[in-house]
Amino acid sequence: MNDTDRLAARPQRRLWLYLLPLALFAVVAGFLAYGLTRDARVLPSALIDRPAPEFALPPIPGRDTHGFARTDLGGEPQLVNVWASWCVPCRAEHPLLTRLAREEGVIVDGINYKDQTEDARAFLTKLGDPFRYIGQDRDGRVAIEWGVYGVPETFVIDREGRIRYRHVGPLTPRDVEDRILPLLRELGLGAS
Amino acid sequence: MSRRAGAVLAILLFVLATVGRAAVSPEEMLADPALEARARALARELRCLVCQNQSIDDSDAPLARDLRRIVRERLLAGDSDEDVRRFLVDRYGTFVLLKPPLEPATIALWVGPFVVLLGAGLAVFRYLRRPASTTHPEDLTEDERRRLEALLAPPARD
Repeated sequence: MNDTDRLAARPQRRLWLYLLPLALFAVVAGFLAYGLTRDARVLPSALIDRPAPEFALPPIPGRDTHGFARTDLGGEPQLVNVWASWCVPCRAEHPLLTRLAREEGVIVDGINYKDQTEDARAFLTKLGDPFRYIGQDRDGRVAIEWGVYGVPETFVIDREGRIRYRHVGPLTPRDVEDRILPLLRELGLGAS
Repeated sequence: MSRRAGAVLAILLFVLATVGRAAVSPEEMLADPALEARARALARELRCLVCQNQSIDDSDAPLARDLRRIVRERLLAGDSDEDVRRFLVDRYGTFVLLKPPLEPATIALWVGPFVVLLGAGLAVFRYLRRPASTTHPEDLTEDERRRLEALLAPPARD
């Protein structure tokens, strides 16, 4: 092979070398686009499609005498909301929970996370009480069973008592319309 | 003490005060030093879910404290380190482990650096082993040599 042949063969042979940086860039840009646009604070739940954990919580004294336990779940699709009176976003989402319970007939049970009895009762008196059952989780141990790492969190439970969806942070009207209500209907809300 | 020595001392104290400080408080600690050492080692590899890039050993967050307590309770109940890890992974997912486990979703993470290293090594190897270039630039023509000499000649002084 003489020199002119070598030179002529080069661009062909090396074309992929020139495209390589472009391909690498595309891969890195893809990962970054995914990584930078998702909210890193929202963690996937390890409990999705698994049965809700076993627990039995005492009631908020003065509200009722039932409390809230694993055995209350199942039969109807429903929500479980982890809240606290000291949690400001909980106040923000409270009207939505109230609307779901009063107007859509959704069962909403509550886990009252690391709260004082008086504060929790005052919260419900002032803002309304959309909950069917509420369990008082004073030391936050039951919330850990649910994989909760911050309040508020809301879980959708199906008729078999399995966790089907988890929402971290306050619910917004869009979350309710786009995710929560469609899923509850799909699970048979109001069917029986 | 000179001003400079004072500044150095201040920086040193600051560094000492921040390095290796754990959030674990004395009343949390277990009486058995061996168990406590295991609890500390475990806590260092468990992620604080609230602060995310701290271990529960480093974090002052209430949830981190709760998780440290759970780790100690489970150890006291006779759990192995692996049992404790599984207990938390069952509730919080593998995200709770600061060191990601080897699983399909993390293959690229674990194998990636070695693939890059191997590829780069191969490229270097081939580059070093390539036959020495056999092409020479053509010699200058007589005309070119004269022009070069004219260019390189010191400018004439008047």
